[in-house]
Amino acid sequence: MASSEVLIPSNKKVRPHPTQNEALLFEKSSPGKRAYKLPPLDVPAVNAAALLGAAHRKTPGELPELSEIEIIRHFTRLSTWNYAIDLGMYPLGSCTMKYNPRVNELVARIEGLAEAHPYRPDSLAQGILEVIDLLQRCLIEITGMDAITLQPAAGAHGEFTGILLVRAWHESQGNPRKKILIPDSAHGTNPASAAICGYTVETLKSNAEGGIDLDALTRQVDEETAALMLTNPSTIGVFESQIAKIAEILHAKGALLYMDGANMNALVGKARPGDFGVDVMHLNLHKTFSTPHGGGGPGSGPVACKAFLEPFLPTPVLVQNENGAKGWNYDRPQSIGRVRAFYGNVGMFIRALAYILANGPDGLRQTTEDAVLNANYIRAKLEDFYDLPYRTPSMHEVVFSDKRQAVKGVKTGDIAKRLIDYGFHPYTVSFPMIVHGALMIEPTESESLEELDLFIDAMQAIAREVDETPELVKTAPHSTRVSRLDEVQAARKPILRWRPTK
Amino acid sequence: MAYPANYRYTREHEWIELSGSIGAIGITDYAQKSLGDIVYVDSPKVGDTVTAGATFGSVESVKAVSDLYSPVTGTVTAVNDELKTAPDKINEKPHEAWIIKVEIADPAQVNALLDAAAYEAFIAEES
Repeated sequence: MASSEVLIPSNKKVRPHPTQNEALLFEKSSPGKRAYKLPPLDVPAVNAAALLGAAHRKTPGELPELSEIEIIRHFTRLSTWNYAIDLGMYPLGSCTMKYNPRVNELVARIEGLAEAHPYRPDSLAQGILEVIDLLQRCLIEITGMDAITLQPAAGAHGEFTGILLVRAWHESQGNPRKKILIPDSAHGTNPASAAICGYTVETLKSNAEGGIDLDALTRQVDEETAALMLTNPSTIGVFESQIAKIAEILHAKGALLYMDGANMNALVGKARPGDFGVDVMHLNLHKTFSTPHGGGGPGSGPVACKAFLEPFLPTPVLVQNENGAKGWNYDRPQSIGRVRAFYGNVGMFIRALAYILANGPDGLRQTTEDAVLNANYIRAKLEDFYDLPYRTPSMHEVVFSDKRQAVKGVKTGDIAKRLIDYGFHPYTVSFPMIVHGALMIEPTESESLEELDLFIDAMQAIAREVDETPELVKTAPHSTRVSRLDEVQAARKPILRWRPTK
Repeated sequence: MAYPANYRYTREHEWIELSGSIGAIGITDYAQKSLGDIVYVDSPKVGDTVTAGATFGSVESVKAVSDLYSPVTGTVTAVNDELKTAPDKINEKPHEAWIIKVEIADPAQVNALLDAAAYEAFIAEES
């Protein structure tokens, strides 16, 4: 039985290794320990108490006291508890956890780029400005749009910026309009972005294929509709085949088409949103363009738009002066204003450009094809084991449901936790909302056939375990330092601070 | 769990209990079961208006945040403050833990909602 190769919960009492449960630094502290030794004072001593007056602290703060090796071990041990794309496959659907190529990091550390200061005069910053300009031109070419801002710090921030552009344009036409349509399969950030820009959100029900219902759309779009926020390919990994028609329906009523570009990694080099009617969209450099994601960020969510929205872009915008030198233009009377300090997360621009140039047009196209191929390989190998609620062809990700396993009382969250025992990061659980008990799997192009097969073996083994020993799956994970955390208590009564127990 | 016969229901899984022109609104047993443990309830304030078919708040479980849809149009007359500290009341007694009470503008709106039998048939189809 496959499960015995991985782990079976055992009742044997084994004394856990100290690293099995790492105490907090405060708990490890003992008085008098030091991790440093300062040289003798070779300047005149200062009376801190006299200098600071009332601000001088009478009792020292209770900081942990440890030796250097204890601190090093503490953080090194914690780092081994982590999971990362550099350890194995990270099939978190919708998040596009692709490999962050080392060449990106190398380029981002080139001294002239890494040390560039935002207050440096334009005349001394031509190198980094050239990087920003070239990335802008590449992204405009890839998306088929006319203009771009690199300021937004992440995807949701990009949505916010994009919807502000929509609002500014409608206002310039005399009416900001009232509502934004959002499909029920959308990322949760979409309605939040629309609401924070002052719009009411109207949900658009998906059709039987998980796509936009054209009749419903036609019924719901009116003269008060500012835009539709659409993810294409959708969150179930399906390309919206009626996209041109959707754009037509919106434009006929003066509404705009916003595209959530979270899934752009399925389109790069193959289809351009600018060509299929999108007016404004965001990109996630930390998804599609291989910059670090999650704790390794920061993110970056550029917003590309059509020419009619260009006057509203955040200030400043990059311009080329008559003498050929590049600089920033702040004189933009119709601009929505700044959305981020300085120019955005510039370190990410360098990495994304490195990725684009290293791949080249053919390489980027190949990347898209490999991402789609990998997802479809997983789909083909797992569809006999897991229910596939939408049979429309998959793009870069595949969404199963836990329908078959639910009969045995095993839910998507249980399967995800069991996957940890097999050495993989879980897939995305319970999203999108239109699939009950969703298992959303996105392998990305980074994975080799060997790694995909390991993942598939694990998922097939878990499906067999659900049939034979469902309890094993329901109580997973068994290989981690702690098993199931009390998520409910953590949300209802969070403990946010450690306090001494004396 | 039984669905009270004197309540009316929406396809978005809210219930409404009518007494005079005041309707108490909550979510159904089916809804709380699909959501799992509820950890937060976001409700409107007394005096706010709610619109039939439009969202009036949300419930958050460890799994997801779900919108609450008002079964009727009207003005909020009371908010169940107990849910702020004990949102689990919705899991324990979904058909007693009302979220808001509303002065209904047009009581005829209630007639258009599902009765218990129709709602049970609807959820049987959905699951």
